Amino acid sequence: MINKIFASPAEAVEDIFDGAVVMISGFGEAGSPIELIHALIDQGAKDLTVISNNTGSGHVGLAALIAHRRVKKMICSFPRTANSKVFPELYKNGEIELELVPQGTLAERIRSGGAGIPAFYTPTSVGTPLAEGKETREFKGRSYVMQHALEADFSLVKCKAADRYGNLVYNKTARNFGPIMCTAAKTTIVQAKQILELGDIDPETVVTPGIFVNIVVKVSKPAEESKLVAEDRRYPW
Amino acid sequence: MVGKEEKKGWSVGQMAQKAALDIPDGSYVNLGIGMPELVAGYVPEGREVIYHTENGLLGMGPTPEEGQEDPELINAGKKYVTAIPGACYFHHADSFTMIRGNHIDICVLGAYQVSGHGDLANWSTGAPGAIPAVGGAMDLVAGDIRIFVISRHTTKEGEPKIVQECTYPLTGKNVVNTIYTDLAIIDVTDKGLFVRELAPGITFDDVQKRTDAKLNQYS
Repeated sequence: MINKIFASPAEAVEDIFDGAVVMISGFGEAGSPIELIHALIDQGAKDLTVISNNTGSGHVGLAALIAHRRVKKMICSFPRTANSKVFPELYKNGEIELELVPQGTLAERIRSGGAGIPAFYTPTSVGTPLAEGKETREFKGRSYVMQHALEADFSLVKCKAADRYGNLVYNKTARNFGPIMCTAAKTTIVQAKQILELGDIDPETVVTPGIFVNIVVKVSKPAEESKLVAEDRRYPW
Repeated sequence: MVGKEEKKGWSVGQMAQKAALDIPDGSYVNLGIGMPELVAGYVPEGREVIYHTENGLLGMGPTPEEGQEDPELINAGKKYVTAIPGACYFHHADSFTMIRGNHIDICVLGAYQVSGHGDLANWSTGAPGAIPAVGGAMDLVAGDIRIFVISRHTTKEGEPKIVQECTYPLTGKNVVNTIYTDLAIIDVTDKGLFVRELAPGITFDDVQKRTDAKLNQYS
């Protein structure tokens, strides 16, 4: 019998090791798997390379993971937002590495990693500082820059509903990086608001096929990051 | 005298209206953060325009009413938005396929600088110690999408933003099609910058005086 449902976020993240490459879904707070990130803080893995669009807000979720010095390197497109305090300070002090990647290139590097394509050429960033030192090549008279795929040891993803096979559906713009990150990790760990019976998700509307998912854990009432930040909450509570 | 002259020209709302007039019926449009967002309020009657936000929504609607905000329904600026009937959600690789693959028709962006040959700088001032952040800016200008820039003609300090060569780090080379400022509408062509329309009370010489790059007039 296939059953990818785990009992708790703590059990779900148990195998994440020191030095692991971890993809974390979300665009700002939308789609950020905050309970899985908090479980990872409790678990203690360090020297992580984290691939995520942003660097978290306030002192919860991804920002808390960074604040606890568990992340040695961030690969992201937009490391500062209105409420990001932790990353900017560490970065200014030279205490965390940053690989800045244009957002669409970040998405395509992740998609490629999941699709078995080691590298690709893109017009994005040609002639800018972000293409410096990278191989370029002309196709049909235009310049393109080579970008390498991104793969991870683990992906942490938030979704709306899952079944025990790992089929997933998402909620609105919280989908963002979730589906591609599910494909690009050796082990994909998902927190779902709802666990449904097999067949209750219409096969025509499955967004992430279960083959890309290894572990599902139910978090029926996920915390709202913006509320926690407004209250200046800090994890661990 | 300069101060008095600066009060002439178009308001920010009028600039947005001018840009909106150049968006044809049926267009798929991506609006950048800030001033470009205003363009959505000026779509002429009888035109249907669909807004794309690169975090994964086609068919973005206006700001929700108070109390109706959904933290999982936001735009690229991480502000609360709504979805119109007929909207759809998708993941990031699909979203940037729409952008890089030239499926979006028009993108309206802000700018730090635009050069005489349409180079755009709008992601970094390159100031030492600044945290670099690029987001989707470079992807939006990478394909053949028509790029409209909406921006005040000069900085707060009165420095020209339309320059011979950008001094800030580039977002893309030769990517801007049209610039909408408080003083004029300027087309970027193979033969240089051409002033297409002047704001009321503004002369060509007024605009050239505040522009570092050479301007031309359509004959």
